[in-house]
Amino acid sequence: MTAHMLHIDHLGHRYGVGPPVLADIQLTVPDGQLVTLVGPSGCGKSTLLRCVAGLTRPAEGRVTLDGEPVDRVPDRLGVVFQDYSRSLFPWLTVRDNVSLPLRRQGLGRARRHEEAALMLEQVGLAGTGKQHPWQLSGGMQQRVALARALAARPALLLMDEPFGALDAQTREDLEDLLLRLHREGGLTVLFVTHDIDESVYVGDRVVVLAPGPGHVRADLPVELPPVRDQIATRALPEFTELRAEVGRAVRPAGTATP
Amino acid sequence: MKRGEALLGCAGAAGAFAVCETLSRTGLVPSADLPPASEVLARAVELGGQAAFLDGVAATLQAWAGGLGLACALAVPLGLLLGSVPAANTAARVLIEFLRPVPSVALIPLVSLLLGSGTATTVTLVTYAAVWPILFNTVYGMGETDPVAKDTLRAFGFGRFAVVLRVALPSAAPFIAAGIRISAATALILAVATEILAGFGEGLGIFVAQAGTATDGTRDVLAGVVWAGLLGLVINSLLVGAERRLFPWTPDHRARRA
Repeated sequence: MTAHMLHIDHLGHRYGVGPPVLADIQLTVPDGQLVTLVGPSGCGKSTLLRCVAGLTRPAEGRVTLDGEPVDRVPDRLGVVFQDYSRSLFPWLTVRDNVSLPLRRQGLGRARRHEEAALMLEQVGLAGTGKQHPWQLSGGMQQRVALARALAARPALLLMDEPFGALDAQTREDLEDLLLRLHREGGLTVLFVTHDIDESVYVGDRVVVLAPGPGHVRADLPVELPPVRDQIATRALPEFTELRAEVGRAVRPAGTATP
Repeated sequence: MKRGEALLGCAGAAGAFAVCETLSRTGLVPSADLPPASEVLARAVELGGQAAFLDGVAATLQAWAGGLGLACALAVPLGLLLGSVPAANTAARVLIEFLRPVPSVALIPLVSLLLGSGTATTVTLVTYAAVWPILFNTVYGMGETDPVAKDTLRAFGFGRFAVVLRVALPSAAPFIAAGIRISAATALILAVATEILAGFGEGLGIFVAQAGTATDGTRDVLAGVVWAGLLGLVINSLLVGAERRLFPWTPDHRARRA
């Protein structure tokens, strides 16, 4: 038994005969850590997430989850995609969306509904179970997607730019919700974002990916108090320093175009 | 339909009615060729009280429903297969592209020769004509399945078959329903046309055919046509209403609601 939930070993990938999008990625995520993966568009961060999810088979290297090699979609995985309106099923009620992953665990209908109600309460959406996703606001829909991802009690939660499509206020609320769930539930999370501020605010650790082909450029611990506050934490000198450091790694001097 | 639209629709129908009435009453068109619209309408109402005529309409509707039902039973599963197995789609394409342009009406003599001029012939031809729109819309709808929705289900550990059943089928359902609505109209054409060409038996088309050979039968022919048009209108409205109730999430229906 290893204490490392997720282990990515010399992973490389290319689509068909195209240029490599990822090369020699080496990354280990311990149990209970929230790792943010930040980088410019085209650095292969979404591809990396797909490889971890078992949705894309990497051309080189391998991924192990809880000691088991990932060669198909692993059990006990939760995924939240950026595009909640496409990821939630409009023909199902909120409750049925959330309880869908539980069908695979063979839970009965009553138990599934119970779990769904519990998860919805966790994300602050108690009482919305009988509505349909498209009747809710964007922020509420992404909360539903989060509740669904958590319903199966995942060992690993993967989030692909989950808050990228939301307005600033909603996005901050959801960042804080994620932090609370992470703190209380000891969730292991791999969180992809292109937002440098968000990567620092949300993460226990920030991994910077650089393009051409995608590789790890920096791996920085976040030494901020675990309980964070949108105003106070962002004003801390440690926050601004780390944000600058991540910023420099994402966009090294001389590469910025005016 | 909004109230203004309904009023305009009624105005259009009233205008057409007035033109036909005037053409006939003023003698611009001999009333043997075009009886006054009011007389046609009166005759159509009168026919609605005749058991023999209504039995004929019921027979036509029975053939229509049987053929359309059979077409759904064939086209939807076949469409699901072709839509989810690319090799099957490629293999079937040549055959389908060859069969599709054959006008169903042109097959009436052939099928009559093989099956006689009874219900079996009508149902067969209705089925043949109705299969295509349903089949094409099913395959098209499957192709429109959102990749994010598919990935979502896969990420929760569901297999290929579950993806077809739980994502592709429900997301294609509005397309399939639209195909069925198009087919319903074509099916009615085929049901009536086959009866007209067969010339004896029982049905709305038989009524029209027999009236056509009678002296001064124009009024009856037109009254029969009014009935055919009315059936088409009622069927279409019912199906549109059903689609709106069944698929409230489609952008069309959501805009209407807002």
